[in-house]
Amino acid sequence: MSAQHNHGNDHGHHDDHDPADDVHVSVKGYVTGFILAVVLTVIPFWLVMGGVFTDSRTAGIVLLAIGAVQVVVHMIYFLHMNTKSEGGWNMLALIFTLVILVILMAGSLWVMHHMNANMMPHSAHDMRVRP
Amino acid sequence: MSDTALHPNAGAVPAHRYHDMAGTHHPENGSLLGFWLYLLSDVLIFAALFAAYGVLGRSYAAGPSGADLFDLKLIAINTSLLLVSSITYGFAVIAMQKRNVAGTMMWLAATGLLGVGFLALELYEFMHLIHQGAGPQRSAFLTSFFALVGTHGIHVAFGVIWLVTLIVQIKKHGLVVANRRRVMCLSLFWHFLDVIWIGVFTFVYLMGVLP
Repeated sequence: MSAQHNHGNDHGHHDDHDPADDVHVSVKGYVTGFILAVVLTVIPFWLVMGGVFTDSRTAGIVLLAIGAVQVVVHMIYFLHMNTKSEGGWNMLALIFTLVILVILMAGSLWVMHHMNANMMPHSAHDMRVRP
Repeated sequence: MSDTALHPNAGAVPAHRYHDMAGTHHPENGSLLGFWLYLLSDVLIFAALFAAYGVLGRSYAAGPSGADLFDLKLIAINTSLLLVSSITYGFAVIAMQKRNVAGTMMWLAATGLLGVGFLALELYEFMHLIHQGAGPQRSAFLTSFFALVGTHGIHVAFGVIWLVTLIVQIKKHGLVVANRRRVMCLSLFWHFLDVIWIGVFTFVYLMGVLP
């Protein structure tokens, strides 16, 4: 926090300096990102609408993998993420969020899957036994 | 009694504070980093909703499943609207960095129209589902579906409101520093919504229709 405060003081007098211009954008970057995004969107829709997969589990894994790649493409080409922006704080905050996200999602699915797997037969059994 | 004692102070403090805030000792890029942190907290809201959908997404309560309900052609159109709106926003940022006021406003308006188109199709889908008796109260699957997709839709709606506000501000004040900063913040917001949508169409719609 103090490092950031110093950073602000160092540059505080450059009132005309525009943070918006620090983000380097180009037509080429956006078009590249867009083409990649279109390809990575068309493929999963084609896989599902064309009924390419017969096994749902394989299909799910492939779809999630393509989705993850597309998220990275959007992050780089549209959100302009890199390790340098904001002195690395952007990336640090993102990594922290991703750790929380993985714990939240994987933890919920894991716990609830086991709860379903263990509880459901039990209650069904109860219902069979009771009149 | 305490009111009268505090009143002189209460009158003085805001004036003093206003003077401070009018000063330009604003940390460089502070807004963009702060806005990024907000977006990451929003990611966690969506993570919770995705987790809820992941847990409940196959609990149909003997009701309709995703394979019965989802119209992938509609979703494909919706996805392409949002994807195209990403690149139109990119062109708005490029026009802004060239200080092209008319171009910026034109591309922002194009983005807004695509956003409205997305919302219209999503509302149509929701109305259609509710009309079929597949409303949020039908099953745990539909509750978590409406919560997740609806929250994304509300974000897009606020993005459109922000786009309109920003176009008005640019029209009134031009591409001043404050407006350029706002364009960059909304850029993050808009592209972030598209990233969430990748998760929605992959996890909810495409994986939802798998047998």
